[in-house]
Amino acid sequence: MAGLERQRQLLDFALSSLARRPMKNLASLTVYTAVVFLLSSVMLMSHAIRREAAALLAGAPELVVQRLVAGRHDLIPTDRLATIRAVRGVAAAGGRLWGYLFDPAVAANYTFLVPPDRSIAAGTAIIGSSVAAVRGVGPGDVMSFRGYDGRPVAFTVTSTIAAESALVAADLFLVSEGDFRRLFGIPADRFTDIVVTIRNPREVRTVAEKIDAALPDARIILRDEMRRTYESVFDWREGMVLVLLVGAILAFAIFSWEKASGLSADERREIGILKAVGWETADVIGVKMLEGLVMSLTAFLAGYGLAFLHVFHFGARLFEPVLKGWSVLYPEFPLAPSVDEIQMASLFFFTVFPYTLATIVPIWRAAVVDPDMVMR
Amino acid sequence: MSTLRVRPSTVLFAILAVGGVAFGTTCVEACLGPGRAAVRLARTARLAERLQLTDLCLFTEARYTRHASQADRHAAFQDHPAALEHFPSGSLMPPSGAANRASP
Repeated sequence: MAGLERQRQLLDFALSSLARRPMKNLASLTVYTAVVFLLSSVMLMSHAIRREAAALLAGAPELVVQRLVAGRHDLIPTDRLATIRAVRGVAAAGGRLWGYLFDPAVAANYTFLVPPDRSIAAGTAIIGSSVAAVRGVGPGDVMSFRGYDGRPVAFTVTSTIAAESALVAADLFLVSEGDFRRLFGIPADRFTDIVVTIRNPREVRTVAEKIDAALPDARIILRDEMRRTYESVFDWREGMVLVLLVGAILAFAIFSWEKASGLSADERREIGILKAVGWETADVIGVKMLEGLVMSLTAFLAGYGLAFLHVFHFGARLFEPVLKGWSVLYPEFPLAPSVDEIQMASLFFFTVFPYTLATIVPIWRAAVVDPDMVMR
Repeated sequence: MSTLRVRPSTVLFAILAVGGVAFGTTCVEACLGPGRAAVRLARTARLAERLQLTDLCLFTEARYTRHASQADRHAAFQDHPAALEHFPSGSLMPPSGAANRASP
């Protein structure tokens, strides 16, 4: 009990010492919290999106066959369906019709899609929640677009897709096959691409190789590759996230270095006085370590807690300008709270320990010198 | 008359207790989150399967970031081979998993 009380007395002293320099320590705590907040927000958001992507794309087409012309995606002739269906191992193959339309009224891009069951009646459309929001339309309203030949093609909105599905359907515009072909001028013997179902999932690669051999101008995309694309989204090794991370780490390194590289005259005098009145070197180091631990633990808890609220309760609002880019449609999707324990432990380790340890070296250097020398 | 003085460590313990409870709440929420969202996720996954969707609607500004998995190898350089990437989302969305595969 006496040992515990002694530690508590040291903690009281450490806190009083922090309180003697309120502005400096408050500024340090704010910067520290901001760094943890930024790193945690990126970490939580990327993990949650990867998790949702894996769940949502589990039922994605097993194989998509595109036609490439001069390195670019081109419309695929319908007779390729027969070639694909003839490949051993193929259970079914069907053409997909989808494409993009730029709506000059709101400068937004929509994804036009014909549902595989062709369940949409001619002249009608089902629209995604972001399309409805940006155009201010709902069931019963009419939307008209200029077709490929300049003639208007009108759609009566029958319903909107629920906002809870915005992560896959925010910009969708579901129309009938006839309307789609009329709007874009796509002939009846062309599809956008072909979706293939495989009899035995373990034979996907073999079947893909056979299709590739039968259709040399085709490009085949496997479901695994679709999922892998989203496994690396917001990856820390790529693009803006890397820039952000490097910036934050550099800021943190400068901040820690400033702390580690030297003590202020006040701090030196304080250590000298403590030594002069009989404090052991170990106690002085202990007090200063406690100061570092209090700062880093508080910053971690505050930064991480704020990041959790930011990502899962406020829709990662601060990242919106970066994610939105130049697009007009910005899907607002709820993310299910989920945490990667290893990522969280790494973040804790790399933010709390370096700072605490960084405080030891200069304190130790000051604490081992003669008190009279330190106070001069 | 003596005034009651609160020890600084008591204040710290109170702050850390609040922080600890908040941290614990995030852990509980993270454990319960996937279960709570299961119905929503299942409905959305069914929609994605029914419509044969291949991509997430994260970025709508460029076709190669809207349908990243379906984009061709040169999509980001659509004007000419030396053209610089000019959509912000291109720096967040990596090339598709199929982009670097030699064959098929």
